[in-house]
Amino acid sequence: MSEELFEVEEGIPPNPVEEFLRMDRMPHIWCPGCGIGTTVNCFVRALDSSGLDLDKVAVVSGIGCTGRVAGYLRLDSFHTTHGRAIPFATGLKLANPELKVIVYSGDGDLTAIGGNHFIHAARRNVDMTVILLNNGIYGMTGGQVAPTTPISAIASTAPYGNFEENFNLPYMAESCGAVYVARWTSFHVRHVTKSIKEALAKKGFSFIEIVNPCPTLYSRRNKIGDGLDQMIYYRDNSEIRNGADTKTVGMDFQGKIVVGKFVDRERPTYDSAMMKYYQKKLGEDFVPSEEMRNSIHAEN
Amino acid sequence: MHADPIGVLTGPHFIDGDHACSEGAIAAGCRFVAGYPITPSTEVVERIAERFPRVGGVFIQMEDEIASSIAIQGAVWGGKKAMTVTSGPGFSLMMEHIGYAAMTETPCVFVDVQRAGPSTGLPTMPAQGDMMQARWGSHGDYGIIALSPNSPQECFDLTIKAFNLAEQYRVPVMMMMDECVGHMIERVIIPAAEDIKIVPRRFYEGPKEEYRPYEPERDLVPLMVKVGKGYRMHITGLTHDEQGYPNMSVNTQGKLVRRLVDKLKVNAERIIEFKEDKVEGADVVVLTYGISSRTAIPAIEQARKEGLKVGHLRLVTVWPFPERRIAELAGCIKSFVVPELNFGQIALEVERCAGGKASVHLVPHAGGTVHQPKEIYSAIRKSLKG
Repeated sequence: MSEELFEVEEGIPPNPVEEFLRMDRMPHIWCPGCGIGTTVNCFVRALDSSGLDLDKVAVVSGIGCTGRVAGYLRLDSFHTTHGRAIPFATGLKLANPELKVIVYSGDGDLTAIGGNHFIHAARRNVDMTVILLNNGIYGMTGGQVAPTTPISAIASTAPYGNFEENFNLPYMAESCGAVYVARWTSFHVRHVTKSIKEALAKKGFSFIEIVNPCPTLYSRRNKIGDGLDQMIYYRDNSEIRNGADTKTVGMDFQGKIVVGKFVDRERPTYDSAMMKYYQKKLGEDFVPSEEMRNSIHAEN
Repeated sequence: MHADPIGVLTGPHFIDGDHACSEGAIAAGCRFVAGYPITPSTEVVERIAERFPRVGGVFIQMEDEIASSIAIQGAVWGGKKAMTVTSGPGFSLMMEHIGYAAMTETPCVFVDVQRAGPSTGLPTMPAQGDMMQARWGSHGDYGIIALSPNSPQECFDLTIKAFNLAEQYRVPVMMMMDECVGHMIERVIIPAAEDIKIVPRRFYEGPKEEYRPYEPERDLVPLMVKVGKGYRMHITGLTHDEQGYPNMSVNTQGKLVRRLVDKLKVNAERIIEFKEDKVEGADVVVLTYGISSRTAIPAIEQARKEGLKVGHLRLVTVWPFPERRIAELAGCIKSFVVPELNFGQIALEVERCAGGKASVHLVPHAGGTVHQPKEIYSAIRKSLKG
């Protein structure tokens, strides 16, 4: 790709999201019609309006198309191993609770190979925001079936269509203990932005599922059009039901998508629970780490 | 730099190797441990769980060994010294993250209290079957450091050394203990904090905009920064350039992997530690590591009593392997005898380095217990006949 493509013409103000991106890494790898970039735009705008000190923000991704998000953000950013963004983020957060830690990854990464870590981080209420892009398949490896593939959808390893029940992710997140659970599609850019901003302000394990098209390997194989057709499908078939019972928000192949903010509640975070518990049990013998002490002071 | 006194229990103790390892970690400045229970290593994390809230540390029992072995790496980038602790089955699960630590040059310590395998094997009994896995277990080419203690005192001392080496060379360092050493109770002397040498993390301190996470220093090791300090670095397990950015070119791959391997090669002589006893003028050298070094001693003494010229070379650092010393000795002696609680792992390395100049006699053992000294004695005798 020639560099001239990205030369800024004089007099044209730069795109406001550019300062948040590693422009020296553009162009990105995502396909035309994919919504990952759209969500990154939402994320950056949410971050911008959040008032957070960007030097204290870290983004951790796993492997896959969405796993590449960390690499394009001009923040401290980690591209970890497949499925392990959450336990990496857990270590990072507990080492330095002053950080705002965001996990940004895909459905296969976070709920198949990384499913065990997802449920335990939610149970512990580790203070992190998990942004999960759900395209219903493994995109980067060529469109294989995933725990999120709807029944009857065709995937490269389900050539006759999928017959396995798929995860209802908001229900899973809520039942495991997440304090904030929302679902949107990459059509809902304003809702996504608002939701990310809310999640970033939330203490504890916050979870946002963003339903996202994979025109190259899902839509084409399933003969449901291109990226634009999926946007139209999202627009026409999404139903906003804030506060919906997450048991009822499972997704079918090209069926109705229930979106909205489903859960917003308070639970003690892992690090604050640890601090309080040890303070009570050990009294003056308890020596918290310097970072942990600072983060509690900052809260009070 | 010396140890932070808050964590150092100076004085004599009567503790097992697992507990000594925990104290070594605390003295070394380790303040983050993630683990998953597994015999015979569990006592290490049990002591850490008790001690850490009193010394400013964070211990978390993760959902599995995969999570533990990556959580420590998140903590390292967050600024902590960190370790995880396991045994064979868990060590197998950690392999991918040993590769991640090698590739991202994340200094951390993996403690493996070895038990007999394969698979679930003999959970409560010793072996030394993970020695090659420690070196080669993750895919691709990279280097690591592995240490092999033979007493609770060394479990303490070498855990400190493991952390120091990890920081010096930015590699994962393996503490290759075994069930015997882990559960053996002996006198352990913990020195005063000011007598414990600590290698601090080597931080970059230049201008932020000029920071390149993988630009090596003269010793081929790059400098680190902490998350949250405004450097905005990117770290990936993909092949990356000096900026830390993914780069899928053959040249970048060649340059990076060569440096990951070379940084241990060029520093090998500074890293390698072994102990020799009457090796000069010997006809046969018994080469040991870990618990096998102790079962070899009665055999060596018996043979010496009978007039045989027997030397003893004990590896403290197993990886990188002391290739040069083995090659040198091979030119002067008739044979090496290598007792191992496996069916031949380090013996293969000895054979390779001896290059046919001295014969190599493995004394194999499937694990579950230690060698009988008479097995080693017979091998010494036999090695001199050929």
